[in-house]
Amino acid sequence: MEEMIRLENITKKFDDNIIIPKINLTIYDGEFVTLLGPSGCGKTTLLRMIAGLETPTTGKVYIDNEDVTALAPYKRNVNMVFQNYALFPHMTVRENIRFGLLMKKVPREEQDQRIDQVLYLTQLEKLQDRLPQQMSGGQQQRVAIARALVNNPKVLLLDEPLGALDYKLRKKMQLELKNLQHGLGLTFIYVTHDQEEALTMSDRVIIINAGRIEQDDAPNKLYNEPASTFVANFVGESNFFTEENSPTIVIRPEKINLRPEEVDETKLPEGQAPSKYFGTVVDLVFCGNIDKVYVRLDNNNQIVMTYQYFDDVKRWQIDDRVGIWWFDKDEVKVNA
Amino acid sequence: MKNGKLLVAPAIVWLIIFFAIPMLMVVAVSFATRTPYGQVIFKFTLGNYVRFLEPLYLKIFASTLVTAVVTTVFTFLMGYPVAYAIAKLPKKWQQPGLIVVMIPFWINFLIRSYAWVIILRSQGVVNTILLKLGLITQPLSLLYNDYAVTLGMIYALLPFMVLPIYVSIEQLDKRLLEAASDLGASPLVAFQKITLPLTMPGIAAGSILVFISSLGMFVVPDVMGGAKSALIGNLIQNQFLSARDWPFGSALSIVLAILALVLIMLYYRVLQQQKGGQKHEEKLA
Amino acid sequence: MKKNWHSALLFSYALAVVAFLYLPLMILSLYSFNDSRINAVWTGFTLKWYASLSHNTRVLEALTNSLIIAGISTTISTLLGTFTALALNKYQYKHKNFINGLVYLPILIPEIVMGLSLLVLFSQMSIALGKNTLILAHITFCISFVIITVGARLEGRRTDLEEAAGDLYATPFQTFRYITFPLILPGIIAGALIAFTLSIDDFIISFFVAGPNSTTLPLYIYAMVKRGISPEINALSTCLMCATVSLVVISQILQPSNFSNKKKH
Repeated sequence: MEEMIRLENITKKFDDNIIIPKINLTIYDGEFVTLLGPSGCGKTTLLRMIAGLETPTTGKVYIDNEDVTALAPYKRNVNMVFQNYALFPHMTVRENIRFGLLMKKVPREEQDQRIDQVLYLTQLEKLQDRLPQQMSGGQQQRVAIARALVNNPKVLLLDEPLGALDYKLRKKMQLELKNLQHGLGLTFIYVTHDQEEALTMSDRVIIINAGRIEQDDAPNKLYNEPASTFVANFVGESNFFTEENSPTIVIRPEKINLRPEEVDETKLPEGQAPSKYFGTVVDLVFCGNIDKVYVRLDNNNQIVMTYQYFDDVKRWQIDDRVGIWWFDKDEVKVNA
Repeated sequence: MKNGKLLVAPAIVWLIIFFAIPMLMVVAVSFATRTPYGQVIFKFTLGNYVRFLEPLYLKIFASTLVTAVVTTVFTFLMGYPVAYAIAKLPKKWQQPGLIVVMIPFWINFLIRSYAWVIILRSQGVVNTILLKLGLITQPLSLLYNDYAVTLGMIYALLPFMVLPIYVSIEQLDKRLLEAASDLGASPLVAFQKITLPLTMPGIAAGSILVFISSLGMFVVPDVMGGAKSALIGNLIQNQFLSARDWPFGSALSIVLAILALVLIMLYYRVLQQQKGGQKHEEKLA
Repeated sequence: MKKNWHSALLFSYALAVVAFLYLPLMILSLYSFNDSRINAVWTGFTLKWYASLSHNTRVLEALTNSLIIAGISTTISTLLGTFTALALNKYQYKHKNFINGLVYLPILIPEIVMGLSLLVLFSQMSIALGKNTLILAHITFCISFVIITVGARLEGRRTDLEEAAGDLYATPFQTFRYITFPLILPGIIAGALIAFTLSIDDFIISFFVAGPNSTTLPLYIYAMVKRGISPEINALSTCLMCATVSLVVISQILQPSNFSNKKKH
């Protein structure tokens, strides 16, 4: 795989605040990489450094093996889809999309050709003469993407582009973006704080916390093999079991099973493990397709969460006494 | 782009030449002496400022201050409700409403004062109507006195008070009033305890604007007050034109300018304090 | 129910005050059509005062002067003011307080002080009073207004649009030309209109720096008022008022919600 973007020994300071202590990061051609982390972790800053809208305090930025650290944004061959779209209000959709081609002095005929292509790709043909204010959020979103793509950038940078859309539309757009990236074979670098979104769309997710990389892996690895409690906490839901002088044990709710306390543990059926703990059901929360079941453990009053599904044979009630069990192989040990 | 910074230069240089330097010259002239022929010679003297302390001039100064205070109070009483009413209009009508109130502001003081002359003079509209209705037998002398001048000032400066107050009211978080109401406050109490204190910045800004403008007015007293009603503005105008005593006139202007600056700085100081208080609250929240 | 009579009281009071503001001006205009020379008694509708104005060479001269002075002052103060507003918005200056003070003081200092300070300047520099001194004076007080008007428009502008333009290969100059400038143009025009209005209407400062042969419209009106009441003054004032009102309305239309912008920040 060819290297496309490389951030080498990057640090960033704003006045006396160290936003990014030191980061090294490589992104390969054709990848869909997401920078994931809580607000303020520095992910947007990193993205803007690639675009050229921020300069690193120290370190170098390479795009396609060229040192672009000192290069202004308008000299770089990457394009960004801004968080609130940043569509030019005094230009129509078509004129907005044309802008980058105009600046690069692409011949007029070719401009129109490429604009028409991208309008078709993003299904905006009917809206091309409208002003941004006359369109819905989802439509504006597509214009922002079209405006960036028409320039055939090597890398497309997306700064939390779906944040302002409602749930259904967001889900639809996530799929569309993924298909677009795959179909065009471009490198996408995506920034979000929504872990579900990151897991859905990405080939690779880089989790950032306070300017540091916590884990850099494929989505399923992140989920099933979190490298730290931060990752385990941030990605999906987890239960943590800590004991002095041992690594923390992380177990996902869906891996936990409950059985009635009265069951004779010596005569367990095949494919079940003995209970690790006993406790009482203290809460049930309806979540549409599942219920979340909260159990308070006898030994230390810790609350453990698991799921029950609408088609489960056994439905738990509050105050039920239960045994909690899981397979050892489903445990993940992390070093906090 | 280093040279971009230089864009400021032309205007700044202009203002230095045509604003800052002339001001300094006025300060210089205020310490100068006047020859019997009305020429200015630069012989240092504090005489002009001392002369200001004579009872005659102090009286004029006091008179000016009183007029300014009265004007400010009345423009506040008349202006606040107007600002409030505009703020209560549906959003669409607020800007037009504001424009309607502000239009007289742009028409110069001269024309506006003259309009009152037409209304108040002995052969003017009011007297003519009253005479015709038989309510009076002799025309009333409504013009050329202190009341007329004050009326003229209030009329001229009212829009100055409305605008800042409107801005303050418009920025008020309406939810605060809802909360007050939820906690049992009647509209009147809510106004007194919430709206009024929180719109203080606007009231202060408007008052300062009106007060300072009123101090320097000479058009209104000149047109509506005649020879009798002399305020500092007229006095200054006089020194520069008929009396040809530029040093004295300059001294008077400097006093006026300093007064204006002191008030502005006080206002700025209070504003900073308020802002600081707000920021502190935000931090706590 | 209570709210209703509260509101009714408030609005009637407000309306009364607005009427108070406009009534004198309307009476002034009304009587410019009065046939009688001695104002208050209405003897008949006539346009003869306006007619006599249009033949009055001195009025026409004053009008021409006012227009020329306003035109030149507006152009220069708008140029200088806009550049300054742009620079102040974009760059950090070491002497920011000094610059801000210099910009705001001309507006805060009583006009009479500014007027006579210019008179002192011109006399000390032995510059003869006339159209030129009027232009210089007008530019001086207009610059600050333009800076503030354009500055306010710049405050509310969106820097993300300029970042987007840069991301789309526009050089800084292209960004200014295609994005920044079109979006602040209404503010610049509004500033220019305000400058023009201030110049046309200015009396106090012009009073001090005008020469014997360079009368402006307001100065001419003053001279007429000093001579005695005459419906011609009404007519002239009405013309000036109409011009002012039109200019203000146009300039305000070009400045959409200057207040709500501030609130958002």
